[in-house]
Amino acid sequence: MGALEKAFYSPVGKAVSAKAGLKEPPRLRRGRTWPDGPIVLASIGGGDLASRTMRLLGRATEEPVVDEGESAPGYGSRIGALVVDATAATRIDQLEELRALLRPAVRAIERSGRIVVLARPAAGDWEAQAVARALDGINRTVGKELRGGATATLLEVAPDAGPGDLVSTLGFVLQGRSAFVDGQRWHVDAANQAQDPLAERPLDGRTIVVTGAARGIGAAIARTLARDGARIVAIDIPPAGEALAAVANEVGGTALQLDITAADAGLRIASHVAQRGERIHGIVHNAGITRDKMLVNTDAQRWASVLEVNLAAQMRINEVLLDPATAGGIEDGGRVIGIASTSGLAGNKGQTNYAASKAGVAGLVAAMAPDLAARAITVNAVAPGFIETEMTGRIPFVQREVFRRSNSLSQGGRPEDVAETIGYLLDPSSQGVTGQVIRVCGQNLVGA
Amino acid sequence: MTHNAVVVGGNRTPFAKAGGPFAQASNHDLLTAALDGLVARFGLAGERIGEVAAGAVLKHPKDFNLTREAVLSSALSPATPACDLQQACGTGLETTIYIANKIRLGQIESGIAGGVDSTSDAPITVSDPLRRTLLKANSARSAMDRIKPFASVRPSHLKPQAPSVTEPRTGLSMGEHQALTTERWGISREEQDELAAASHHHLAAAWDDGFFDDLVTPYLRVAGDAILRADTSVEKLAKLRPAFGGEHGTMTAGNSTALSDGAATALLASEEWAAAHHMPVLAKVVDAEVAAVDHPGGDDLLLGPVAAAGRMLERQGLTLDDFDLIEIHEAFASTVLTTLKAWDDEDYCRGLGLDGKLGTIDRARLNVTGSSLAVGHPFAATGARIVPTLAKLLHQRGAGSKGLISMCAAGGQGVVAILEAV
Ligand SMILES: NC(=O)c1ccc[n+]([C@@H]2O[C@H](COP(=O)([O-])OP(=O)(O)OC[C@H]3O[C@@H](n4cnc5c(N)ncnc54)[C@H](O)[C@@H]3O)[C@@H](O)[C@H]2O)c1
Repeated sequence: MGALEKAFYSPVGKAVSAKAGLKEPPRLRRGRTWPDGPIVLASIGGGDLASRTMRLLGRATEEPVVDEGESAPGYGSRIGALVVDATAATRIDQLEELRALLRPAVRAIERSGRIVVLARPAAGDWEAQAVARALDGINRTVGKELRGGATATLLEVAPDAGPGDLVSTLGFVLQGRSAFVDGQRWHVDAANQAQDPLAERPLDGRTIVVTGAARGIGAAIARTLARDGARIVAIDIPPAGEALAAVANEVGGTALQLDITAADAGLRIASHVAQRGERIHGIVHNAGITRDKMLVNTDAQRWASVLEVNLAAQMRINEVLLDPATAGGIEDGGRVIGIASTSGLAGNKGQTNYAASKAGVAGLVAAMAPDLAARAITVNAVAPGFIETEMTGRIPFVQREVFRRSNSLSQGGRPEDVAETIGYLLDPSSQGVTGQVIRVCGQNLVGA
Repeated sequence: MTHNAVVVGGNRTPFAKAGGPFAQASNHDLLTAALDGLVARFGLAGERIGEVAAGAVLKHPKDFNLTREAVLSSALSPATPACDLQQACGTGLETTIYIANKIRLGQIESGIAGGVDSTSDAPITVSDPLRRTLLKANSARSAMDRIKPFASVRPSHLKPQAPSVTEPRTGLSMGEHQALTTERWGISREEQDELAAASHHHLAAAWDDGFFDDLVTPYLRVAGDAILRADTSVEKLAKLRPAFGGEHGTMTAGNSTALSDGAATALLASEEWAAAHHMPVLAKVVDAEVAAVDHPGGDDLLLGPVAAAGRMLERQGLTLDDFDLIEIHEAFASTVLTTLKAWDDEDYCRGLGLDGKLGTIDRARLNVTGSSLAVGHPFAATGARIVPTLAKLLHQRGAGSKGLISMCAAGGQGVVAILEAV
């Protein structure tokens, strides 16, 4: 900690910064925990997917308070979440119904509470498509207005998706696992999933490969997925082997010292898995590097190393592991996860190479998903915003404090927040989620 | 009921010079690190292994149960038993033989053989006169009586005694012994420097190839063998001054092993256990032998392995030509060179009671990924370094490939073993 940083976190410094309007950020609810207060369920236009999914989740729901008259009515006490089924909302006047539900709820929502709106992907006539987009605007704005760590989420659910397709998604959003996912929207397709309740250990006995697992976000991914039952193959470069071994032993997995840019990396991973008589359920391409320089100072070497580690290597590895003939490859029904970055999606000064690689990952998952749908393999990415790790710990303090606070939750996320989102995507019952990029950024002010 | 004892794999720390990056690490720390890397590589966290046998040559009294304590500090199941063994520089091979024999007899299904030495953390003892004084003071009754014995303490008594690798019966250090052998067998400086340079070059090439990626786990931020000098050459080595054998001696710090810190382990199992646990099987332990020479009577101290190898080969009906690879521990470059000469010496071999000489070997098969001159030699660890390295090399060459390990040890002893790829 530098002198400035120490002063900032001293009692005096805290008092000064509080006066200046820099409040202590809220403590977020995390893990497989539900909201404390009641979950309020409402429907606009009579859609019942939300209520059927809530039943599958086994959570009781309560009736909403609706703002219809002169004086705004209140809930009387805190509510834990508001889930609105807007799958039948296609008219502008139905948006008023949403306002009338949101106003009392936003006022009454508890810390780390949840506002979740279910909608259909844009379709139909001009008004219906305008309304679909309007919901996105509402969701983003509610996310920014909510306080105390509460978040807003918009889920676009395909018309023929059933509760079995939605259960893992709605469970994730309502639980503390989605703590740092705010103001986001993503799609859930129909995937004919059985109507099973939310699994406590959805990855039980499944082999998951995590690259860059020796520290930071990768180590958190290994821990979180192991908690959910996964058998972890932890990969990192040989020089990181000591930390890698500690992570592997902590989660009861195996360590594979391997540079993912090696030409035979895919085969090495496959033979490690095959040796153990297993196939891969999911691979998390987490290993990544930055070599920041303004474009005017970026030479071919800096450019190449970042694109190689962050994008090209995972494509080569995927190619080997997705070949059905590869023993120890990815099984049908498997999962491929990439790590993008909000800097990639939004662009960031001094990071052309990094942005290229990370936006490239977003493009890659969108391209792969339809091609692998026939084998029921889903391909998704998460895009972390500012996450507290060694990587971001090297950013100068003042800049770091600014990054940290420039999101709706006024804080940096934790590695486990990224890990939980990945765990949700790896869940076998998240079959209907593919080709998506989910930002884990606390609704970072920059970015798409 | 007998079983095949197979080498599943291994793990070691990088090796480093005494007083170097591992100066603050104890035997316990090093051995635990080597075990934890092995556990991680093979997914053994929380597993009960049949037995762990390891040892150290230089041991603190508090390390009386070194291996068991390291097991308890490691990620292995605490229900894994362990014992300490010691056979000087042959320890890591002797523990392999011990574990392999138990596996072959069906007494255990899996086991870990290992060795560790920290010459940085060697036990420092007090001199005999000081020890007698302390004992006398301790047993005194009055305060005055307690002080009196200290009057006889001389400054020289206060000098701590670092452990030495001196042969108790001859008073000669190992290097001094080997210098006599070197001279007797007429080993030239050039040959020794060539062997040392080759050791470094082979080791460097193996690291570059990623050969050690699944044999070594970094420790204390040291990722590779710290003694390795990839850019050394016969010319550079030729400039070093003699370290043993007087001013005309041919043995230098460059062609003798450095005092080193490090730990190594090898995972062994029955073939059945390995299959049931989906473990790789690199090579089986075929046979082993230990021999000794009468060095107080004038024999060459470090040529114990010659008789050991000869008797083992005769028993197995094998010749040196049957081996695809040969690992001769490089205590000194000249140890390797005299061993090769002795193997090819009819009179010497007959003198050991063998049927005749063992013959010569193709040097391209010798220590192909480097040995102790380049890697370093934490005494007890070296055998457990060689076993997985050779097993992996043999496995790469294909089933049936045979390898011979020859290790000299203090006390005029030699330990040898045969591995065969499966
Ligand atoms: N920390 C953040 O705020 C943040 C934000 C957005 C995206 N990300 C992304 O999340 C991922 C993890 O980030 P982190 O903060 O934990 O970084 P980190 O630097 O702490 O960890 C990255 C790990 O990847 C490993 N690695 C690097 N190159 C490798 C290679 N060639 N082969 C194998 N392993 C390799 C490193 O050794 C390291 O252990 C990266 O892809 C990063 O770009 C991080």
